[in-house]
Amino acid sequence: MCTEAYEQIFKLQKGMVNKMSDRLAGIRQEILDGISQLSSSRAVYEFKKQFMDSKTGKIGQLMKEMKTIAPEERANFGKGVNELKEWAKQRFDELDEKMKARELQRRYESEKIDVTMPAKTVETGNLHPITQTRNQLIDVFAGMGFEVFEPREIENDYYNFTALNTPKDHPARDMQDTFYLSPDFLLATQTSAAQIHAMETRELPIKMLAPGKVFRSDDDATHSPMFHQMEGLVVDKKITLCDLKGMLDMFVKKMYGEETTTRLRPSYFPFTEPSVEVDVSCFECGGKGCRLCKGTGWIEILGAGIVNKKVLENCGIDSEEYSGLAFGIGIERVAMLKYGIDNIKMFFESDLRVLRQIDDN
Amino acid sequence: MLVPLSWLKEYVEIDITPQELEKKLFNCGFEVEELSEVGKEISNVVVGLVEECEPIPETHLHVCRVNAGVHGTFQVCCGADNVRTGGKFPLALAGATVFMTAKDHKTVEGVMTIKKGKLRGYESEGMLCSGVELGVTENMFPGAGYNGLLELPQDAEAGTDVKPLLGLDDWIFDISITPNRSDCQSIVGIAREVAAALDKEFKMPSLEYTETDVKKEGFQVRVEASELCPRYIAHYVYDVKIGESPLWMKRRLALVGMDSISNIVDITNYVMKEMGQPMHAFDCDYLEGNAICVRRAAEGEKIVTLDAQEYTLNPDNLVICDGAKPVALAGVMGGLNSEIRETTTEVMFESAKFARDNIRKTSRALGKHSDASARYEKGVDEYSVYHAMKRALHLIEELGCGKVSSTHEDANTGNSLEPREMKVSIAKVNRVLGIDVPTDEILRIMRNLQFAPSAAGDELTLQVPAYREDMEDYPDVAEEVIRMYGYEHVIPAFMPAAHVTMGGLSRRQNKEMRLKRALCSTGAYECVHYSFFSPSDLELLRLAEDAPERNAIRLLNPINEELSLMRTTLAASMLNAIARNQKRGNLEGRLFELGRIFIPKQLPLTDYPEERQKLCVGVFGTDESFFTLKGIAEKVAENLFASFSYRETKKSFLHPYQAAAVICEGEEVGYLGKVAYEVAEWLDLRVDAYIMELDMEILARWYDRDPSFTPLARFPGESRDLALVMGKGVTCGQVEDVIRESCSYIRDIRLFDVYEGEQIPEDKKSMAFTVDFTPRDEAFGADTVDGFVKKILKNLKKQLDIELRS
Repeated sequence: MCTEAYEQIFKLQKGMVNKMSDRLAGIRQEILDGISQLSSSRAVYEFKKQFMDSKTGKIGQLMKEMKTIAPEERANFGKGVNELKEWAKQRFDELDEKMKARELQRRYESEKIDVTMPAKTVETGNLHPITQTRNQLIDVFAGMGFEVFEPREIENDYYNFTALNTPKDHPARDMQDTFYLSPDFLLATQTSAAQIHAMETRELPIKMLAPGKVFRSDDDATHSPMFHQMEGLVVDKKITLCDLKGMLDMFVKKMYGEETTTRLRPSYFPFTEPSVEVDVSCFECGGKGCRLCKGTGWIEILGAGIVNKKVLENCGIDSEEYSGLAFGIGIERVAMLKYGIDNIKMFFESDLRVLRQIDDN
Repeated sequence: MLVPLSWLKEYVEIDITPQELEKKLFNCGFEVEELSEVGKEISNVVVGLVEECEPIPETHLHVCRVNAGVHGTFQVCCGADNVRTGGKFPLALAGATVFMTAKDHKTVEGVMTIKKGKLRGYESEGMLCSGVELGVTENMFPGAGYNGLLELPQDAEAGTDVKPLLGLDDWIFDISITPNRSDCQSIVGIAREVAAALDKEFKMPSLEYTETDVKKEGFQVRVEASELCPRYIAHYVYDVKIGESPLWMKRRLALVGMDSISNIVDITNYVMKEMGQPMHAFDCDYLEGNAICVRRAAEGEKIVTLDAQEYTLNPDNLVICDGAKPVALAGVMGGLNSEIRETTTEVMFESAKFARDNIRKTSRALGKHSDASARYEKGVDEYSVYHAMKRALHLIEELGCGKVSSTHEDANTGNSLEPREMKVSIAKVNRVLGIDVPTDEILRIMRNLQFAPSAAGDELTLQVPAYREDMEDYPDVAEEVIRMYGYEHVIPAFMPAAHVTMGGLSRRQNKEMRLKRALCSTGAYECVHYSFFSPSDLELLRLAEDAPERNAIRLLNPINEELSLMRTTLAASMLNAIARNQKRGNLEGRLFELGRIFIPKQLPLTDYPEERQKLCVGVFGTDESFFTLKGIAEKVAENLFASFSYRETKKSFLHPYQAAAVICEGEEVGYLGKVAYEVAEWLDLRVDAYIMELDMEILARWYDRDPSFTPLARFPGESRDLALVMGKGVTCGQVEDVIRESCSYIRDIRLFDVYEGEQIPEDKKSMAFTVDFTPRDEAFGADTVDGFVKKILKNLKKQLDIELRS
């Protein structure tokens, strides 16, 4: 009985073992079948859980059954389960990697953009074209040792005219239509008054620039009643016309490029003697002649000269020992030429469509 | 000034092309604004001799055979009534260009090219021309005014170019003369310069004439206002025969844009253009009292000028009177009462110098301008006064239109007409130029310029002609030398003898530029507006009668009312700029201006007013608010390393509940706020605008401040969020102030939420803040910050009745 019974039990157990190996093969097949249906890493995760979860997973369950297996079969069984587990893990990892790669690819594709669509920017404003130009001019002269003086907008007759060798009844007063505020006070018609203030208050030698607003009673397409000039003044020993030419040569090369040259030609200002107009070789065509230079190859940019000795003397400077040079630049003119602006009024209308364009800060 | 080449050539030999002459003039200081060829539209027109001329039946046309010399003989159809066999006329050959006229044969409508063609079946190989078609007037060539063919002289050779014959080969130089060279406001003056520039001799026009023994007995010239008339010359001419001027004179006047009137009047105009001296001729029949008196007009005195206009005068106006009444407005225009007529037989010529400033003032005050006044305003010299009279008298003789008497009155103040001697150092002349011009060159140049120079060692002696009033000292000589020697001789140097100086911007200038750039970084664009504004801008800003902004400096001579006051605020210009942008469709934007306002110490000005630097910022657009503008204010503060606080304020042009005074560390420095709806309506604004104005004179005190470094905290900080419930009137600033004062460890307080509604009592609101605490010398303990919070809450309760939200 005992033997029978044992055989019975053995048979049963053996059947169980056989059944076990069938189950392993069944699970393997189940995984293989299931895997082919999966289409996302999430599904892979969920499916994987059905088998691999240590508590609820089908392979986990098998591990739990281990203790019910006959000791002599246990090793065999354990080996089979472990092999299945290893095999399943590999399958799931492979699949997971594949799914993730596919999903990443899909995500990238779903985020495809039209790179030609407009940019998003934070708007930055601009300095006024006059300020930009003024800064460029100052940069050049500051490097030559010029300091910057800020002229008054309201001047008196003495500084604006008389001290500059333009007494009442002087023909040169006709060159400028003056706005008067009272018999003695007026709106500066030129930044030249700054020359006198500088010579009266500064120690010699002087190298100064005076960019400022000036006013003339002119209002038409090409004239604005207010515009900007920049005065330059050097007073030192032995300053000559050669220094003026040399300094301006250097200025135009810095401002308009190394190949630019200057040309001096006689002119007249009451406060300089001799006086010159200074032309630069056209920076558009290089001097061949074009629309900008009206075919002459030259562009007039400033007036200059040797400081009239009467002006030095008016400021108490010994004209035997000291001499000077002076120049005056129309800032709007420089800006108009540089940026191709054809109407001086545009500078003062604050039209954002204009201000946005001149971005040369 | 217009200078015909043909006229110039009379006084100086010119052997270069007009273009070369233009360059020469340019190089020595006379810019030619325009160089135009007189007959440039006309080409290929030659003298044609009509050899046969047959009428074409049933038309007004003739078919002609025209001999054009070397060019051949052509068949031409012609509709003019004066075409005839044996006549010589201008013939435009095929390919020629002439003026095209309207149906009236008088009005020029453009330029046309002549082509061969057929008229009524007759071949026509060219065109016979009228004066109009060649641009020639009666004043340039007799017969040119005839409405038909222009008949040429019989001695004209067939086939030759008609342009020299008709004066169409001439050039006109329009020369701009600098104000120091009024002596060059004449053909003769330019001729002197051209002669010097070309190394040629200058030929003075003839001044010869013979005075007869005839005198105008008892005639007197009296100058009562010699300060306005330093020299007045009168000369009596009799047996005058008024008539037409000769062709050459008419033609020259026509070339410089003057009409021919009569021989006597033409002489005065001719001399003005030639010698640069205005002249006048009075009809002696209408001069009472046998005298000329130059005096200031009496108050209310009247004169009727040549053009039949009446003017009421005052003592600022100078008049020429006879023994009884004004007969001319000095230097401006003659009187109608003494004008030259066809019946004139005796003439009193006037040549005078009048003070230029006085002529200008009179001319402007009366709104009366003439060729003479324009010339006087540039200044005349007594040398020319004297020589112009001689030239006029010579022309009287040359034209045979009168006899020159010996009555010559010269009322003057004793100024010499002789050259004055001037000595200068050659070394000083060269010192101005920075180069050594050889003495021989200096002598050549000064000789060419009529200075009769001589040199002895370093001393240059010049005989300065009386017309060169501009020559005063060695720099003037330097200028004369270099403009003739050539500026190309100036060698560039770079102040080899000068001292080294420190250049660049001052601290203030640098800080201002830094501030401007910071404003740009907020998206604002810099503007520059006129320093003047309009009285209506004061109304736009709704300023009270006693507002300080109303104390603005007024221009005495503004261009118009809109530009008649000096700005006392930048706000109006900014508002107008915003309105302009909105009108042009720019519906959002940020603008700023750094500019000056003008505060008078007293009016009218007797001292410099204060020029005060202000910053104005304007923003507009649907995304803008009080707080976006406040953000820009904070940017300014940050840039100055300063801190701003804000207090409700009222401003006439701002929203009454969205306006704040800006306070910089205790000092009020400006305002900011939303533009009031009344102002927005006035300006037709389409979107809301906000404006800020700060006083940069005060803020400039912060320019001295530099950024400073605070060492990084060694211990971690802590933050607490506090949701607080308070009365609706409590402001964020008040809460922040109390929190800050309660604890010295606070680094930052930030409002992050404002709430009104459910869960909050109806008369209350909730504000939630994040407060950052930073430890200093040691780390915070476990409940240090709780202690701070407790104290904060206690103070909030006590001072503002604020509770922690439950």
